[in-house]
Order: sequence, then C-alpha cells, then structure tokens
Amino acid sequence: MATVSVCQYHRGGFSFENCKRNALLEADINKLGFSSPAARKTGTTICGVVYKDGVVLGADTRATEGMVVADKNCSKIHYISPNVYCCGAGTAADTEMTTQIISSNLELHSLSTGRLPRVATANRMLKQMLFRYQGYIGAALVLGGVDCTGPHLYSIYPHGSTDKLPYVTMGSGSLAAMAVFEDRYRPNMEEEEAKRLVRDAIAAGIFNDLGSGSNIDLCVITKGKVDYLRPHDVANKKGVREDKIYGRPVTGNYRYKHGTTGVLAKTVTPLNLEVVEENVQTMDTS
Amino acid sequence: MNTRGLRSQLKDSVPVTGLCPQAGPYGVQDSLRRGFSSVKNELLPSHPLELSEKNFQLNQDKMNFNTLRNIQGLHAPLKLQMEYRAARQIQRLPFLPSSNLALDTLRGSDDTIGFEDILNDPVQSEMMGDPHIMTEYKLGVL
Repeated sequence: MATVSVCQYHRGGFSFENCKRNALLEADINKLGFSSPAARKTGTTICGVVYKDGVVLGADTRATEGMVVADKNCSKIHYISPNVYCCGAGTAADTEMTTQIISSNLELHSLSTGRLPRVATANRMLKQMLFRYQGYIGAALVLGGVDCTGPHLYSIYPHGSTDKLPYVTMGSGSLAAMAVFEDRYRPNMEEEEAKRLVRDAIAAGIFNDLGSGSNIDLCVITKGKVDYLRPHDVANKKGVREDKIYGRPVTGNYRYKHGTTGVLAKTVTPLNLEVVEENVQTMDTS
Repeated sequence: MNTRGLRSQLKDSVPVTGLCPQAGPYGVQDSLRRGFSSVKNELLPSHPLELSEKNFQLNQDKMNFNTLRNIQGLHAPLKLQMEYRAARQIQRLPFLPSSNLALDTLRGSDDTIGFEDILNDPVQSEMMGDPHIMTEYKLGVL
C-alpha cells in the first residue's frame, strides 16, 4: 500500500501493489463471460546444434497473441555478446528483457575481467535470475556460443534448470524439430550439413506446429566470426495479389475496362428546352 | 557446512509475518496513517513472490556472510558488516534519493544491472514523499 512509501523511501524493482486489484478485476471479468487479453507469446520452434567448428542456432519468426499472429517476421535470436547468441521462446517481452539484461551484465563483467565472456557465465547468470523469479518470467532459452574453451550449447527452462547438450530444441514446435535431430544428428558435422539440419528441423516445426511459421533465421557462430542469416529461408511465402488477365495489381482498383459490358441497342432522344424566365440575384459580398 | 551454521541461518531468515499487522505506536491499528486494515491483506501476500522479493537482498547478504564465516572465520563477516553499517549511514535527507555508491561498491552490485535498476527506478518516480512526514518518521517523532 502507499502508506509505507509515505514514511520510507521506496526501492526499485517489481511492484506487487496491483496484484490484488488485478485478481478482483479478473474474477469480475470472468463472471461476465469475457476473458482478459493474453500476453504476446512466441509459440515457437527454436533449436541449436554443435558442429565441428562451432554452433548453429535456428529459429522461426512467428509471434502469436492467443489465436492471432501478432508479428509475421519477428527476430528471436538475440545478441548476448559478440561470441554468444540466445534464442528465446515463451512470453516475448520476458525473453527480450531477460536477454538484454544478461547482455548488459555480461558486457560489464567482461570489461571488469578484461576477457571475452564465456557461455557458461551467461548460462549461470540466466539460471540464477530465472530461479529467483520461480518461473514467473516465462522465458525458455537456447543459449549457444564459442569461447576460449570451445563451442557450447545450453537449454534453459523458465524455472531455472539448464541442460548442456550437443543438440537442443525448445518451444511449442520442439517435438517436431527434435524428431529431425534425433534422426540425422551425428557428431562433428561440417558447416553446410549442420545448417541444412537446423533448417530442416525448424521447417518441421513450422509446417507441423500452429504456433510456428513464416521464415527461418539461422545464426552460425564460430571462433572469431558470426553469421546472422535473417532470413535464411522463406518457407511460407505470402503471394502478391495480381489481376490474372491484365497483369496489373488489382487491389483498390474497381474500374471495369471499356467494353466489359456489351451494347445491344442505342437510342438518342433530344430534349428541347425553352428559356421561360430569367432573374439575377446579387450575392451579398460585403 | 556444519549443522550449527544451518540452524543459525534458519533463525536469521525473515519470518512469514513480514506482512505484520499495521500496529501503530500504541499497539492499536493506526487508521490515520496506514489506512483501513483487512485480514486477507495481512495474512496472505498478494503474489507468491512478494515476500521473497522484499527480503531478497537481506537473505542474499545473510547467506554470503554465513558462507564467509564458515570459510574465513568470524572476523571476516564482522568486519564487512561494520563497513556496511558505515556505508549505509552516508545518506541524504530522508525524502531525497541517494546513490548509495559506497554500499553498492561494497556489495559488488555497482557492475551489475537488475530489474531494480530498470523497473520502478526511484530516481525517476513522479511522486515525492512529503518531506515533513518522512523526516519525522526518520527521527522517530511521528
């Protein structure tokens, strides 16, 4: 309540003042039969794979808001540091803010140590933050990068548990993508093979999961080089509306061409008009 | 970690009645300054994270001091707590924001960014506390 803040200086961070009010409002709305608006999620397919020289991360580009597509081309591969990138699934705002905070912290940390940051550092920072908030921050992440100890790939769940594996998938399309990985993964692949594998896994998620769609983004991280391929593959192409016969765009054009309607007969009747009366009224222009 | 250290940790952690009833100086509910009371508001937190977030810094400090005591002996946390107490006294007037630079440097949070720096930043708050009431509260005459 505002009463305590009257006497003491208030601190920053999350404020739980409105939680009870929101719970009451929610109950009232549900009684009337409506539902409160849902947060924008990225029902997603994200995945990553470790290959011979580094890590390939992949993601689709659809953001959903309930049953509606909110963003047809959103970017789910976030920058953490020059050698570490992170794909995010779950609530879009949570993944965005979490990755930005960790990116800032990692930058400060690397300035303080004077070294290139390690993937394990980012992993530990992320898991400690997510555990602190007990899963209320809905961010499921695939973290990958190459540091002085080699290429690493982690998957981080919203409650704070992490797995360090050679290939991981997350999101609503994770099962479809994992099926592709389980079939075709082998250790120490070449770069082209790894890119093809990730592309096929994301495509499996796009075509078989409603929450994933649009394009496929790839991020190839090797020692000293990062290739951010956006879009790597346009799997769902939205066609252009065109007039089939005349070849010009038909949107907004409602005119018919001359000769569309055939003329059967033509009659001309002249109207003879006589001038009966003529008077002039001056306008008052003062 | 020895059990004695664990027990002292349990004793030091903040009890659930962190949402204590709004008792004024005479032990009765202080309606004028703290508003009406409600049993639901006082017994249950409005969000499961509310208590843990309110005491997060406190619990982190306690945990760190306990670990330091177990590793380096009693004098290490004692000395650090003395420095914390000294740094905490460097404040401006009660209603003005203070940067807490010394305290941040001691804690090591001067090179970390968390939600408390981004969300609800007290420096950018649109409302200011009433100077008279806050000073009186600080001096204990309220």
